[in-house]
Amino acid sequence: MLIRRPSDIAPSEITPRDVYLRRREFLAGAAALGLSSGLSALLSGNAQAAPLTAEPSPLSTTDEEKTPLASITSYNNFYEFGTDKGDPARHAQRLTTSPWKVKIDGLVNKGADYDFNDLIKSSRLEERIYRMRCVEGWSMVIPWVGFPLAEVLKRADPQASAKYVAFETVVRPSEMPGQSGFFQPLDWPYREGLRLDEAMHPLAILAVGLYGETLPNQNGAPIRLVVPWKYGFKSIKSVVRISLVEKEPPITWKSQNAREYGFYSNVNPQVDHPRWSQATERRIGEGGLFGKRRPTLMFNGYGEQVAGLYAGLDLKANY
Amino acid sequence: MAARQASAGLSRLLLGADPVRRAIYILGMVPAVWTFYLGLTDQLGADPQNTLERTLGLWALRFLIAALAVTPLRRLGGPSLIRYRRAIGLLGFYYACLHLTVYLVLDQGLDLAAIWADIVKRPYITVGMLAFTILVPLAATSNNAMIRRLGARAWQRLHKLVYVATAAAAIHFVMLVKSWWTPEPAIYATLVAALLLMRFWFYAQKRLWPKPRPVSRPVSAEG
Repeated sequence: MLIRRPSDIAPSEITPRDVYLRRREFLAGAAALGLSSGLSALLSGNAQAAPLTAEPSPLSTTDEEKTPLASITSYNNFYEFGTDKGDPARHAQRLTTSPWKVKIDGLVNKGADYDFNDLIKSSRLEERIYRMRCVEGWSMVIPWVGFPLAEVLKRADPQASAKYVAFETVVRPSEMPGQSGFFQPLDWPYREGLRLDEAMHPLAILAVGLYGETLPNQNGAPIRLVVPWKYGFKSIKSVVRISLVEKEPPITWKSQNAREYGFYSNVNPQVDHPRWSQATERRIGEGGLFGKRRPTLMFNGYGEQVAGLYAGLDLKANY
Repeated sequence: MAARQASAGLSRLLLGADPVRRAIYILGMVPAVWTFYLGLTDQLGADPQNTLERTLGLWALRFLIAALAVTPLRRLGGPSLIRYRRAIGLLGFYYACLHLTVYLVLDQGLDLAAIWADIVKRPYITVGMLAFTILVPLAATSNNAMIRRLGARAWQRLHKLVYVATAAAAIHFVMLVKSWWTPEPAIYATLVAALLLMRFWFYAQKRLWPKPRPVSRPVSAEG
Protein backbone atom coordinates (compact mmCIF):
# COMPACT_ATOMS: atom_id res chain seq x y z
CA MET A 1 0.00 0.00 0.00
CA LEU A 2 1.27 3.43 -0.87
CA ILE A 3 1.20 5.84 2.03
CA ARG A 4 1.33 9.38 0.77
CA ARG A 5 2.96 12.03 2.82
CA PRO A 6 0.80 15.12 2.89
CA SER A 7 2.64 17.71 0.87
CA ASP A 8 0.39 20.57 1.73
CA ILE A 9 1.15 21.33 5.37
CA ALA A 10 1.81 25.04 5.43
CA PRO A 11 4.48 26.14 7.90
CA SER A 12 1.81 28.21 9.62
CA GLU A 13 -0.12 25.06 10.41
CA ILE A 14 2.76 23.47 12.28
CA THR A 15 2.45 24.01 16.02
CA PRO A 16 4.97 26.64 17.04
CA ARG A 17 7.64 25.28 19.32
CA ASP A 18 6.71 27.42 22.30
CA VAL A 19 3.08 26.31 22.09
CA TYR A 20 4.22 22.73 21.69
CA LEU A 21 6.37 23.11 24.77
CA ARG A 22 3.50 24.69 26.70
CA ARG A 23 1.67 21.39 26.43
CA ARG A 24 3.67 20.48 29.51
CA GLU A 25 1.78 23.16 31.44
CA PHE A 26 -1.43 21.77 30.07
CA LEU A 27 -0.37 18.32 31.12
CA ALA A 28 0.69 19.48 34.56
CA GLY A 29 -2.69 21.15 34.85
CA ALA A 30 -4.36 17.98 33.69
CA ALA A 31 -2.46 15.98 36.27
CA ALA A 32 -3.44 18.44 38.96
CA LEU A 33 -7.05 18.04 37.93
CA GLY A 34 -6.69 14.33 38.53
CA LEU A 35 -6.70 13.13 34.96
CA SER A 36 -5.02 9.80 34.53
CA SER A 37 -1.29 9.98 34.08
CA GLY A 38 -1.65 7.40 31.32
CA LEU A 39 -3.39 9.96 29.15
CA SER A 40 -0.68 12.51 29.89
CA ALA A 41 2.05 10.05 29.01
CA LEU A 42 0.29 9.30 25.78
CA LEU A 43 0.06 12.98 24.91
CA SER A 44 3.69 13.71 25.76
CA GLY A 45 4.85 11.45 22.95
CA ASN A 46 7.16 9.29 25.03
CA ALA A 47 5.51 6.10 26.19
CA GLN A 48 7.50 6.13 29.39
CA ALA A 49 7.44 9.80 30.29
CA ALA A 50 4.75 10.92 32.67
CA PRO A 51 4.47 14.40 34.12
CA LEU A 52 5.41 15.00 37.73
CA THR A 53 4.24 17.80 39.91
CA ALA A 54 7.14 19.35 41.77
CA GLU A 55 7.69 22.49 43.77
CA PRO A 56 10.61 24.77 42.99
CA SER A 57 13.40 24.56 45.55
CA PRO A 58 15.46 27.40 47.01
CA LEU A 59 18.48 25.09 46.61
CA SER A 60 18.23 25.32 42.81
CA THR A 61 20.79 27.04 40.61
CA THR A 62 18.75 29.62 38.78
CA ASP A 63 21.26 31.93 37.13
CA GLU A 64 22.49 29.51 34.48
CA GLU A 65 20.93 28.32 31.27
CA LYS A 66 19.52 24.82 31.48
CA THR A 67 20.98 22.19 29.17
CA PRO A 68 18.46 21.22 26.47
CA LEU A 69 16.51 18.04 27.16
CA ALA A 70 17.75 16.53 23.89
CA SER A 71 21.37 16.80 25.09
CA ILE A 72 20.61 15.49 28.58
CA THR A 73 18.93 12.42 27.08
CA SER A 74 21.41 11.67 24.27
CA TYR A 75 24.82 12.10 25.93
CA ASN A 76 25.09 9.63 28.79
CA ASN A 77 27.62 7.47 30.54
CA PHE A 78 25.65 4.40 31.57
CA TYR A 79 27.99 1.48 30.84
CA GLU A 80 25.25 -1.08 31.55
CA PHE A 81 23.99 -0.12 28.07
CA GLY A 82 27.39 0.23 26.37
CA THR A 83 30.46 2.45 26.58
CA ASP A 84 29.52 4.89 23.82
CA LYS A 85 27.67 7.98 25.07
CA GLY A 86 24.98 7.32 22.48
CA ASP A 87 24.47 3.70 23.61
CA PRO A 88 22.16 4.44 26.57
CA ALA A 89 19.72 6.41 24.38
CA ARG A 90 19.85 3.58 21.81
CA HIS A 91 19.41 0.64 24.15
CA ALA A 92 17.83 1.82 27.39
CA GLN A 93 14.25 1.46 26.17
CA ARG A 94 14.62 -2.26 26.79
CA LEU A 95 14.82 -1.76 30.54
CA THR A 96 11.59 -2.51 32.40
CA THR A 97 11.24 0.06 35.17
CA SER A 98 7.86 -1.01 36.46
CA PRO A 99 7.45 -2.75 38.81
CA TRP A 100 10.56 -1.56 40.64
CA LYS A 101 11.73 -2.32 44.14
CA VAL A 102 14.24 -0.45 46.24
CA LYS A 103 15.62 -2.27 49.24
CA ILE A 104 16.91 -0.38 52.29
CA ASP A 105 18.97 -2.64 54.49
CA GLY A 106 22.10 -3.01 56.58
CA LEU A 107 22.55 -1.15 59.85
CA VAL A 108 19.00 0.21 60.10
CA ASN A 109 16.19 -0.41 62.55
CA LYS A 110 13.49 -0.14 59.93
CA GLY A 111 14.67 -1.91 56.82
CA ALA A 112 12.25 -1.87 53.92
CA ASP A 113 11.63 -3.26 50.49
CA TYR A 114 9.89 -0.31 48.91
CA ASP A 115 7.77 -0.48 45.85
CA PHE A 116 8.88 2.51 43.77
CA ASN A 117 5.35 3.91 43.60
CA ASP A 118 4.98 3.87 47.39
CA LEU A 119 8.36 5.53 47.80
CA ILE A 120 7.46 8.36 45.46
CA LYS A 121 3.97 8.77 46.95
CA SER A 122 5.30 9.25 50.44
CA SER A 123 7.66 12.03 49.36
CA ARG A 124 7.07 15.65 48.43
CA LEU A 125 8.72 16.18 45.06
CA GLU A 126 10.88 19.23 44.44
CA GLU A 127 12.51 20.59 41.34
CA ARG A 128 16.25 20.92 41.92
CA ILE A 129 18.20 22.61 39.15
CA TYR A 130 21.80 21.49 39.59
CA ARG A 131 25.06 21.72 37.74
CA MET A 132 26.38 18.28 36.80
CA ARG A 133 30.14 17.97 36.26
CA CYS A 134 31.44 14.78 34.66
CA VAL A 135 34.92 13.55 35.57
CA GLU A 136 35.65 13.64 31.82
CA GLY A 137 35.59 17.44 31.78
CA TRP A 138 32.12 18.36 30.56
CA SER A 139 29.10 19.69 32.40
CA MET A 140 25.36 20.29 32.16
CA VAL A 141 22.67 22.16 34.09
CA ILE A 142 19.81 19.76 34.80
CA PRO A 143 16.37 20.43 36.29
CA TRP A 144 15.94 17.27 38.35
CA VAL A 145 12.76 16.29 40.13
CA GLY A 146 13.30 14.40 43.35
CA PHE A 147 13.39 14.42 47.12
CA PRO A 148 16.16 14.54 49.73
CA LEU A 149 17.98 11.25 50.24
CA ALA A 150 17.95 12.12 53.95
CA GLU A 151 14.16 11.52 54.08
CA VAL A 152 14.52 7.88 53.12
CA LEU A 153 17.51 7.37 55.38
CA LYS A 154 15.80 8.94 58.40
CA ARG A 155 12.72 6.80 57.84
CA ALA A 156 14.94 3.71 57.90
CA ASP A 157 16.33 4.82 61.28
CA PRO A 158 20.08 4.17 60.95
CA GLN A 159 21.83 2.51 63.88
CA ALA A 160 24.63 4.33 65.68
CA SER A 161 27.28 2.14 64.06
CA ALA A 162 26.22 3.13 60.51
CA LYS A 163 28.87 5.43 59.05
CA TYR A 164 28.48 5.00 55.29
CA VAL A 165 25.74 4.44 52.72
CA ALA A 166 26.27 1.97 49.86
CA PHE A 167 24.22 1.98 46.66
CA GLU A 168 23.70 -0.60 43.92
CA THR A 169 22.37 -0.41 40.37
CA VAL A 170 20.10 -3.10 38.98
CA VAL A 171 21.73 -6.13 37.30
CA ARG A 172 19.65 -7.33 34.38
CA PRO A 173 21.79 -8.74 31.56
CA SER A 174 18.73 -9.59 29.45
CA GLU A 175 17.79 -5.93 29.28
CA MET A 176 21.20 -4.29 29.62
CA PRO A 177 23.52 -5.20 26.75
CA GLY A 178 26.65 -3.96 28.56
CA GLN A 179 26.04 -6.61 31.23
CA SER A 180 26.21 -9.52 28.81
CA GLY A 181 28.53 -10.69 26.07
CA PHE A 182 32.25 -10.46 25.47
CA PHE A 183 32.97 -6.83 26.28
CA GLN A 184 31.92 -6.09 29.83
CA PRO A 185 33.74 -2.93 30.84
CA LEU A 186 33.00 -3.10 34.57
CA ASP A 187 32.18 -5.59 37.32
CA TRP A 188 28.46 -5.56 38.02
CA PRO A 189 26.55 -4.42 39.89
CA TYR A 190 27.67 -0.81 39.64
CA ARG A 191 28.30 0.32 43.18
CA GLU A 192 28.61 3.73 44.79
CA GLY A 193 28.86 5.08 48.27
CA LEU A 194 28.77 8.16 50.46
CA ARG A 195 29.73 8.96 54.00
CA LEU A 196 26.54 9.11 56.08
CA ASP A 197 26.91 12.86 56.72
CA GLU A 198 27.30 13.46 52.97
CA ALA A 199 24.24 11.36 52.28
CA MET A 200 22.22 13.31 54.89
CA HIS A 201 23.19 16.67 53.32
CA PRO A 202 20.13 18.51 51.96
CA LEU A 203 21.72 18.87 48.51
CA ALA A 204 21.91 15.08 48.03
CA ILE A 205 18.70 13.86 46.42
CA LEU A 206 17.09 10.81 44.94
CA ALA A 207 15.87 11.96 41.53
CA VAL A 208 12.85 10.43 39.83
CA GLY A 209 12.43 12.92 37.01
CA LEU A 210 13.84 15.75 34.96
CA TYR A 211 12.28 18.65 33.09
CA GLY A 212 9.01 17.96 34.92
CA GLU A 213 8.60 14.38 33.72
CA THR A 214 9.61 10.95 34.93
CA LEU A 215 13.24 10.02 34.27
CA PRO A 216 14.08 8.71 30.81
CA ASN A 217 15.65 5.25 31.11
CA GLN A 218 19.04 6.47 29.85
CA ASN A 219 19.20 8.93 32.73
CA GLY A 220 18.77 6.23 35.37
CA ALA A 221 15.05 5.50 35.58
CA PRO A 222 13.13 5.08 37.69
CA ILE A 223 15.25 6.38 40.57
CA ARG A 224 18.82 7.59 40.87
CA LEU A 225 21.12 9.46 43.19
CA VAL A 226 22.19 13.05 42.46
CA VAL A 227 25.11 14.50 44.44
CA PRO A 228 25.85 17.77 42.65
CA TRP A 229 29.18 18.62 44.29
CA LYS A 230 30.79 15.34 43.22
CA TYR A 231 31.78 14.06 39.78
CA GLY A 232 28.87 12.61 37.87
CA PHE A 233 29.82 8.94 38.26
CA LYS A 234 29.04 9.21 41.99
CA SER A 235 25.39 9.85 41.11
CA ILE A 236 24.49 6.19 40.61
CA LYS A 237 21.58 5.33 38.31
CA SER A 238 18.63 2.90 38.46
CA VAL A 239 19.14 2.17 42.16
CA VAL A 240 17.77 -1.06 43.63
CA ARG A 241 19.55 -1.18 46.97
CA ILE A 242 20.64 1.28 49.62
CA SER A 243 22.60 -0.20 52.52
CA LEU A 244 23.81 1.44 55.68
CA VAL A 245 27.25 0.10 56.57
CA GLU A 246 30.04 0.64 59.05
CA LYS A 247 33.09 0.76 56.77
CA GLU A 248 33.78 2.59 53.53
CA PRO A 249 32.03 0.44 50.92
CA PRO A 250 33.75 -0.62 47.69
CA ILE A 251 32.73 1.56 44.73
CA THR A 252 32.95 0.54 41.09
CA TRP A 253 35.37 3.05 39.59
CA LYS A 254 37.73 3.00 42.55
CA SER A 255 37.83 -0.81 42.41
CA GLN A 256 38.54 -0.56 38.69
CA ASN A 257 41.32 2.01 38.98
CA ALA A 258 42.12 3.37 42.43
CA ARG A 259 44.85 5.67 41.15
CA GLU A 260 42.36 7.60 39.03
CA TYR A 261 39.13 7.47 41.03
CA GLY A 262 38.78 8.02 44.75
CA PHE A 263 35.92 7.41 47.16
CA TYR A 264 35.23 11.12 47.64
CA SER A 265 35.53 12.35 44.05
CA ASN A 266 34.50 15.86 44.98
CA VAL A 267 34.68 18.25 42.04
CA ASN A 268 38.03 19.96 42.56
CA PRO A 269 39.78 22.03 39.89
CA GLN A 270 43.05 21.86 41.84
CA VAL A 271 43.33 18.07 41.87
CA ASP A 272 43.83 16.72 38.37
CA HIS A 273 42.69 13.36 37.16
CA PRO A 274 45.94 11.56 36.22
CA ARG A 275 44.92 11.57 32.58
CA TRP A 276 43.42 15.03 32.23
CA SER A 277 43.25 18.39 33.90
CA GLN A 278 40.17 19.19 35.97
CA ALA A 279 40.74 22.96 35.86
CA THR A 280 38.20 23.62 33.13
CA GLU A 281 35.09 22.08 31.63
CA ARG A 282 33.01 22.27 28.48
CA ARG A 283 29.38 23.17 29.11
CA ILE A 284 27.28 20.95 26.87
CA GLY A 285 25.09 22.95 24.50
CA GLU A 286 27.11 26.13 24.96
CA GLY A 287 28.67 27.56 21.80
CA GLY A 288 28.51 24.39 19.70
CA LEU A 289 31.60 23.64 17.66
CA PHE A 290 33.32 26.86 18.75
CA GLY A 291 32.31 26.78 22.41
CA LYS A 292 34.96 27.78 24.92
CA ARG A 293 35.84 25.91 28.07
CA ARG A 294 34.85 27.51 31.37
CA PRO A 295 36.69 27.29 34.69
CA THR A 296 35.57 24.47 36.99
CA LEU A 297 34.42 25.61 40.42
CA MET A 298 35.49 24.08 43.73
CA PHE A 299 32.82 21.56 44.84
CA ASN A 300 31.16 22.37 41.50
CA GLY A 301 30.10 25.73 42.93
CA TYR A 302 28.42 24.24 46.03
CA GLY A 303 31.33 24.98 48.38
CA GLU A 304 29.32 27.35 50.55
CA GLN A 305 26.91 24.53 51.41
CA VAL A 306 29.22 21.51 51.55
CA ALA A 307 32.78 22.64 52.36
CA GLY A 308 32.02 22.14 56.07
CA LEU A 309 31.67 18.41 55.53
CA TYR A 310 35.37 18.24 54.70
CA ALA A 311 36.88 20.54 57.33
CA GLY A 312 40.34 19.25 58.19
CA LEU A 313 40.33 16.65 55.44
CA ASP A 314 43.24 16.67 52.98
CA LEU A 315 41.34 16.86 49.69
CA LYS A 316 44.43 16.07 47.66
CA ALA A 317 45.02 12.79 49.46
CA ASN A 318 41.29 12.04 49.69
CA TYR A 319 40.44 12.67 46.05
CA MET B 1 43.81 28.76 -21.54
CA ALA B 2 46.75 29.63 -19.35
CA ALA B 3 44.53 29.66 -16.29
CA ARG B 4 43.22 26.25 -17.16
CA GLN B 5 46.70 24.89 -17.62
CA ALA B 6 47.78 26.41 -14.33
CA SER B 7 44.86 24.86 -12.45
CA ALA B 8 45.51 21.51 -14.09
CA GLY B 9 49.16 21.84 -13.04
CA LEU B 10 48.16 22.71 -9.49
CA SER B 11 45.79 19.77 -9.18
CA ARG B 12 48.48 17.48 -10.57
CA LEU B 13 50.93 18.86 -8.02
CA LEU B 14 48.48 18.37 -5.16
CA LEU B 15 46.76 15.19 -6.20
CA GLY B 16 49.12 13.55 -8.66
CA ALA B 17 48.47 12.51 -12.24
CA ASP B 18 47.05 9.05 -11.52
CA PRO B 19 43.23 9.21 -11.58
CA VAL B 20 42.88 6.43 -8.97
CA ARG B 21 45.24 8.24 -6.65
CA ARG B 22 43.27 11.45 -7.10
CA ALA B 23 40.07 9.61 -6.30
CA ILE B 24 41.66 8.25 -3.12
CA TYR B 25 42.63 11.74 -1.97
CA ILE B 26 39.23 13.19 -2.78
CA LEU B 27 37.19 10.33 -1.29
CA GLY B 28 39.56 10.19 1.64
CA MET B 29 38.79 13.77 2.60
CA VAL B 30 35.01 13.23 2.44
CA PRO B 31 34.67 12.12 6.11
CA ALA B 32 36.50 15.27 7.26
CA VAL B 33 34.40 17.62 5.15
CA TRP B 34 31.19 15.82 6.07
CA THR B 35 31.91 15.77 9.81
CA PHE B 36 32.87 19.43 9.78
CA TYR B 37 29.68 20.25 7.89
CA LEU B 38 27.63 18.32 10.48
CA GLY B 39 29.41 20.25 13.21
CA LEU B 40 28.69 23.63 11.64
CA THR B 41 25.02 22.74 11.21
CA ASP B 42 24.68 21.50 14.79
CA GLN B 43 24.18 17.85 13.89
CA LEU B 44 27.07 16.33 15.84
CA GLY B 45 25.13 15.66 19.00
CA ALA B 46 25.51 17.12 22.47
CA ASP B 47 29.29 17.58 22.43
CA PRO B 48 30.18 18.53 18.82
CA GLN B 49 33.80 19.48 19.57
CA ASN B 50 34.55 16.16 21.15
CA THR B 51 32.79 14.24 18.38
CA LEU B 52 34.70 16.12 15.68
CA GLU B 53 38.02 15.65 17.49
CA ARG B 54 37.46 11.93 17.96
CA THR B 55 36.13 11.31 14.47
CA LEU B 56 39.18 12.94 12.90
CA GLY B 57 41.53 11.01 15.16
CA LEU B 58 39.77 7.77 14.37
CA TRP B 59 40.10 8.35 10.62
CA ALA B 60 43.81 9.13 11.04
CA LEU B 61 44.25 5.77 12.73
CA ARG B 62 42.15 4.01 10.08
CA PHE B 63 44.29 5.36 7.24
CA LEU B 64 47.52 4.52 9.05
CA ILE B 65 46.25 0.97 9.54
CA ALA B 66 45.20 0.76 5.89
CA ALA B 67 48.68 1.88 4.80
CA LEU B 68 50.22 -0.72 7.07
CA ALA B 69 47.97 -3.41 5.60
CA VAL B 70 49.18 -2.91 2.03
CA THR B 71 52.23 -5.17 2.22
CA PRO B 72 50.65 -8.04 4.20
CA LEU B 73 47.71 -7.98 1.79
CA ARG B 74 50.04 -8.53 -1.15
CA ARG B 75 52.07 -11.19 0.69
CA LEU B 76 48.92 -13.10 1.48
CA GLY B 77 47.96 -13.22 -2.15
CA GLY B 78 45.74 -10.14 -2.34
CA PRO B 79 46.08 -7.35 -4.86
CA SER B 80 49.07 -5.07 -4.73
CA LEU B 81 48.05 -1.58 -3.71
CA ILE B 82 51.62 -0.39 -3.31
CA ARG B 83 51.04 2.37 -5.85
CA TYR B 84 48.44 3.91 -3.57
CA ARG B 85 50.17 3.42 -0.24
CA ARG B 86 51.65 6.91 -0.21
CA ALA B 87 48.22 8.46 -0.75
CA ILE B 88 46.70 6.35 2.03
CA GLY B 89 49.52 7.13 4.45
CA LEU B 90 49.42 10.85 3.67
CA LEU B 91 45.68 10.88 4.29
CA GLY B 92 46.45 9.44 7.72
CA PHE B 93 48.85 12.33 8.29
CA TYR B 94 46.33 14.92 7.07
CA TYR B 95 43.73 13.57 9.47
CA ALA B 96 46.26 13.60 12.29
CA CYS B 97 46.90 17.30 11.47
CA LEU B 98 43.18 18.09 11.56
CA HIS B 99 42.72 16.10 14.78
CA LEU B 100 45.59 18.01 16.42
CA THR B 101 44.29 21.35 15.12
CA VAL B 102 40.84 20.74 16.62
CA TYR B 103 42.48 19.87 19.95
CA LEU B 104 44.76 22.92 19.92
CA VAL B 105 42.34 25.52 18.57
CA LEU B 106 38.76 24.47 19.35
CA ASP B 107 39.24 22.33 22.46
CA GLN B 108 42.07 24.20 24.20
CA GLY B 109 41.52 27.61 22.61
CA LEU B 110 45.28 27.87 21.98
CA ASP B 111 45.93 28.16 25.71
CA LEU B 112 49.61 27.32 25.37
CA ALA B 113 50.21 26.82 29.09
CA ALA B 114 47.33 24.32 29.34
CA ILE B 115 48.48 22.53 26.18
CA TRP B 116 52.05 22.22 27.40
CA ALA B 117 50.84 20.97 30.78
CA ASP B 118 48.72 18.38 28.94
CA ILE B 119 51.65 17.19 26.84
CA VAL B 120 54.01 16.72 29.76
CA LYS B 121 51.53 15.56 32.39
CA ARG B 122 49.00 13.42 30.50
CA PRO B 123 50.56 10.22 29.20
CA TYR B 124 47.88 9.68 26.53
CA ILE B 125 48.54 13.14 25.11
CA THR B 126 52.31 12.60 25.31
CA VAL B 127 51.89 9.39 23.31
CA GLY B 128 49.57 11.08 20.80
CA MET B 129 52.04 13.94 20.29
CA LEU B 130 54.83 11.40 19.84
CA ALA B 131 52.85 9.69 17.09
CA PHE B 132 52.23 13.00 15.36
CA THR B 133 55.83 14.16 15.68
CA ILE B 134 57.07 10.96 14.05
CA LEU B 135 54.62 11.38 11.19
CA VAL B 136 55.92 14.86 10.29
CA PRO B 137 59.28 13.84 8.75
CA LEU B 138 57.63 10.83 7.11
CA ALA B 139 55.03 13.02 5.41
CA ALA B 140 57.68 15.56 4.45
CA THR B 141 59.70 12.86 2.68
CA SER B 142 56.72 11.21 1.01
CA ASN B 143 57.62 12.29 -2.52
CA ASN B 144 59.84 10.98 -5.27
CA ALA B 145 62.33 13.82 -4.98
CA MET B 146 63.06 12.95 -1.34
CA ILE B 147 63.40 9.25 -2.14
CA ARG B 148 66.03 10.19 -4.71
CA ARG B 149 67.77 12.56 -2.34
CA LEU B 150 67.89 10.17 0.60
CA GLY B 151 68.49 7.05 -1.42
CA ALA B 152 66.00 4.18 -1.41
CA ARG B 153 67.65 2.37 1.50
CA ALA B 154 67.89 5.28 3.90
CA TRP B 155 64.38 6.35 2.91
CA GLN B 156 62.99 2.91 3.65
CA ARG B 157 64.78 2.74 6.96
CA LEU B 158 63.36 6.15 7.93
CA HIS B 159 59.85 5.13 6.92
CA LYS B 160 59.95 2.06 9.16
CA LEU B 161 59.18 4.62 11.88
CA VAL B 162 55.58 4.47 10.74
CA TYR B 163 55.33 1.25 12.78
CA VAL B 164 56.17 3.22 15.92
CA ALA B 165 53.81 6.04 14.98
CA THR B 166 50.85 3.74 14.31
CA ALA B 167 51.47 1.74 17.47
CA ALA B 168 51.63 5.01 19.43
CA ALA B 169 48.39 6.20 17.80
CA ALA B 170 46.61 2.96 18.79
CA ILE B 171 47.98 3.18 22.35
CA HIS B 172 46.85 6.83 22.50
CA PHE B 173 43.31 5.61 21.71
CA VAL B 174 43.39 2.78 24.26
CA MET B 175 44.72 5.09 27.00
CA LEU B 176 41.96 7.60 26.39
CA VAL B 177 39.05 5.42 27.43
CA LYS B 178 38.08 4.88 31.03
CA SER B 179 37.72 1.13 30.88
CA TRP B 180 40.36 -0.82 28.97
CA TRP B 181 37.76 -3.38 28.13
CA THR B 182 36.02 -1.12 25.62
CA PRO B 183 35.39 -2.65 22.18
CA GLU B 184 36.52 0.03 19.72
CA PRO B 185 40.03 0.86 20.94
CA ALA B 186 40.63 -2.79 21.76
CA ILE B 187 39.76 -3.83 18.21
CA TYR B 188 41.98 -1.16 16.62
CA ALA B 189 44.86 -2.01 18.93
CA THR B 190 44.50 -5.70 18.04
CA LEU B 191 44.57 -4.86 14.33
CA VAL B 192 47.75 -2.81 14.71
CA ALA B 193 49.36 -5.53 16.81
CA ALA B 194 48.47 -8.15 14.18
CA LEU B 195 49.93 -6.06 11.35
CA LEU B 196 53.14 -5.45 13.28
CA LEU B 197 53.44 -9.14 14.19
CA MET B 198 53.12 -10.01 10.51
CA ARG B 199 56.01 -7.65 9.78
CA PHE B 200 58.06 -9.48 12.36
CA TRP B 201 57.05 -12.81 10.87
CA PHE B 202 58.12 -11.74 7.35
CA TYR B 203 61.40 -10.48 8.77
CA ALA B 204 62.02 -13.68 10.71
CA GLN B 205 61.34 -15.81 7.67
CA LYS B 206 63.80 -13.83 5.61
CA ARG B 207 66.56 -13.24 8.11
CA LEU B 208 66.35 -15.63 11.02
CA TRP B 209 65.35 -18.82 9.27
CA PRO B 210 66.39 -18.37 5.67
CA LYS B 211 65.33 -21.21 3.40
CA PRO B 212 68.25 -23.00 1.80
CA ARG B 213 68.66 -21.78 -1.76
CA PRO B 214 67.49 -24.37 -4.21
CA VAL B 215 70.56 -26.01 -5.68
CA SER B 216 70.36 -26.00 -9.43
CA ARG B 217 70.97 -29.44 -10.79
CA PRO B 218 71.05 -30.63 -14.31
CA VAL B 219 67.66 -31.93 -15.29
CA SER B 220 67.80 -35.66 -15.55
CA ALA B 221 66.75 -37.38 -18.69
CA GLU B 222 63.84 -39.12 -17.01
CA GLY B 223 62.72 -35.67 -15.74
